[in-house]
Amino acid sequence: MLNRIKAISKKEIKQLLRDKRMLFVIFFFPVFLLAVFGYAVNFDVKNIKLAVYDKCNTIESRDFINTFSSSQYFRITAHIQAESEINNILDTKKAQLILIVPREFSHKLVSPNEKPEVQVLIDGVDGNTATIIKNYVDAAVNSFNQNVQAAIMAKTGIKISSPIDLRPVFWFNPNLDTTKFLIPGLIAMILILTATITVSLSLVREKERGTIEQINVSSIKTIELLIGKSLPFLIIALINAAFILLAGFILFNIVVKGSFLLLLLSTLLFLSSAVALGIFISTVADSQQVAFSFATFATLLPSMILSGFVFPIENMPEIIQFFTNLTPVKYFIVALRAIILKGVGLGAFWSQLVYLCIFTFVFLLLAFIVQKKKEMKT
Amino acid sequence: MKTILHFIKKEFLQFRRDPKMFAIILVAPVVQLLLLGYAVNFDVKNVHTAVLDFSKTEMSRKYVESLKNSGYFAIDYYAEDYNDLTELIDNGKVILGLTIEKDFENNIYRNEPAKVQIILDASDGNTAAIAAGYTVGATGLFAKRISADFLEKKGKKLSLVNTVTAQTRVWFNPELKTRNYMIPGIVALLLMIVTLILTSLAIVKEKEIGTLEQLIVTPIKPYQMIIGKLVPFALLGFVSVMVVLTAMNVIFNIPVKGSVLFLFVSTFVYVLSSLGLGLFVSTISKTQQQAMMLAIFVVMMPMVFLSGFTFPIENMPQFIQYITYIIPLRYFMVIIRGVILKGVGFAELWPELLVLLLVGGAILSFSILRFKKKLD
Repeated sequence: MLNRIKAISKKEIKQLLRDKRMLFVIFFFPVFLLAVFGYAVNFDVKNIKLAVYDKCNTIESRDFINTFSSSQYFRITAHIQAESEINNILDTKKAQLILIVPREFSHKLVSPNEKPEVQVLIDGVDGNTATIIKNYVDAAVNSFNQNVQAAIMAKTGIKISSPIDLRPVFWFNPNLDTTKFLIPGLIAMILILTATITVSLSLVREKERGTIEQINVSSIKTIELLIGKSLPFLIIALINAAFILLAGFILFNIVVKGSFLLLLLSTLLFLSSAVALGIFISTVADSQQVAFSFATFATLLPSMILSGFVFPIENMPEIIQFFTNLTPVKYFIVALRAIILKGVGLGAFWSQLVYLCIFTFVFLLLAFIVQKKKEMKT
Repeated sequence: MKTILHFIKKEFLQFRRDPKMFAIILVAPVVQLLLLGYAVNFDVKNVHTAVLDFSKTEMSRKYVESLKNSGYFAIDYYAEDYNDLTELIDNGKVILGLTIEKDFENNIYRNEPAKVQIILDASDGNTAAIAAGYTVGATGLFAKRISADFLEKKGKKLSLVNTVTAQTRVWFNPELKTRNYMIPGIVALLLMIVTLILTSLAIVKEKEIGTLEQLIVTPIKPYQMIIGKLVPFALLGFVSVMVVLTAMNVIFNIPVKGSVLFLFVSTFVYVLSSLGLGLFVSTISKTQQQAMMLAIFVVMMPMVFLSGFTFPIENMPQFIQYITYIIPLRYFMVIIRGVILKGVGFAELWPELLVLLLVGGAILSFSILRFKKKLD
């Protein structure tokens, strides 16, 4: 049995080596994409485009606006002169928020018992970014208020302070950098795409070309064929994983805090599940095009959207949370984040590895059933 | 002209023979939209919180109560001591740890600042920042209320002298919901996937089967062949556009604020550009396998990550932003979100539409040119 598996694997590798272009795509693109996308995936809102409508135009109002423009978060992109421009600025995305300082701003600021109000208009189309912008606006206004109060205190000696002094501390990631949190997801997604698609295509190709019949009449069993054919791709994917992690270390300074052995184990289990998915698809599909569409629909968007890579799973409705189990990326991301970012041990994520094994088993079983049914038909 | 018509007929005949493919193209996008549409959501509700209350006074309980009432926090645990709190955060049971100092109440009555510390699990920086914002907001409200109460008791008039208040208004989406922003993006991605699956194999399949040679010896011209391949796909693409846009409207009840006609026209232009990309992939590949890998890695993945679908382009480093200019979806994303959510139309979005047309046209002519070389 081992000999025959070896023979098939050898044949598969030979075939792969012949297609230089394909090899280039398989080895080069995963690393290249990580390099490009790694810079693209972040929610760090900086350089918010700010339009200012300063109706007051005094030292105080300019001072106030300065609190915004001097922070690293805001960048003034437009100065509004008339009321009529306001609508257009947000419609054409020239600015993400508009700050309107009323005419009586500085008058109210210096006269007692008066409270100047400023108007802030935020483009809320992207709700996530808008929420963050709103927080920055509050922070900027607060810091201006504190300065004003300090100045008043220095002048009059009256102590005015907020009754509660709130101090946020951010653990694990004090700079609130989102890239590191997202890169494990990116790694998982690139790996599953490579593994699942290559495996499913290589099996279906034989069907489409008719060479599978030659194999069928030989003494090779279905199991041997499946293992023999997917083994080379599993190894390729593992090499890919090593390259990608290396690239992540060099480019994004992603240091593996936990154990390398655990990392290898989880990656291997994850890739097995991806290969199992590929095998299942190949039993269902008869042509490369059908296999390709199945594989794309099964891996591309679900591994991004349903896996917890970008959108937190807790926010999803219960039924959808159930469907998130359809993508093994979900489990691998938890394991990767635990090993790479937190450096915690097996105790924190062993259940994820069990799920990966179950996933692999279920899809291999399904593949087996479909294959048997098809064989019975013919 | 006649040649093209005949060729189109042949393509349709081929389609009819592959019913599985047809089903995938029409059904899969709707199923995916249904599943994924409910999943795309950044709205942080129920921030899981543990409270470590050293004060244990009426005031501190009132404070925690006010956080709870804000609707954003789920107080899951009351920690016994600091170690307990740390453990809850380490194990990911909560993402927010709230510590209230012993003299909380006394300090408030003494008009001294009462200290509250919040610890946030910031592994997910985005959620942490939003949760921190909620806490600051809710605490601010509570602080205002107690200082008002306090001063009233003392018989003084409320004098939050000279502090500036920001009246924030959020346009287009006052509840700051994220789902409606994401779903049009999924629609655009699904259309891209469908068209690419169809076209990326269109020519290379004939190459691999060997029928391309038969076509080459016929007098059909390369551009005629490309058009002949394109028209059936364009029709199918248009059907797909109708199906997916209708599904979006029916399932998620997302009203189109702007002109529906403009939306359809620009969606169709986008689908054409995506078809062009597929044909291009197909002309440069030698085998179907190559074509598919190129379609995934060179077209689909960049479309997902560099189009501004989930990751705002403004946040990316400058050199990545330059790359995004060649991604057709980048322009379409602005159009579809603009029309649906803001209700803007041709007057505001014509530059995007123009670029989309140019990119689509360029890609199509490029693949015709490229295809000619192959025939020589």
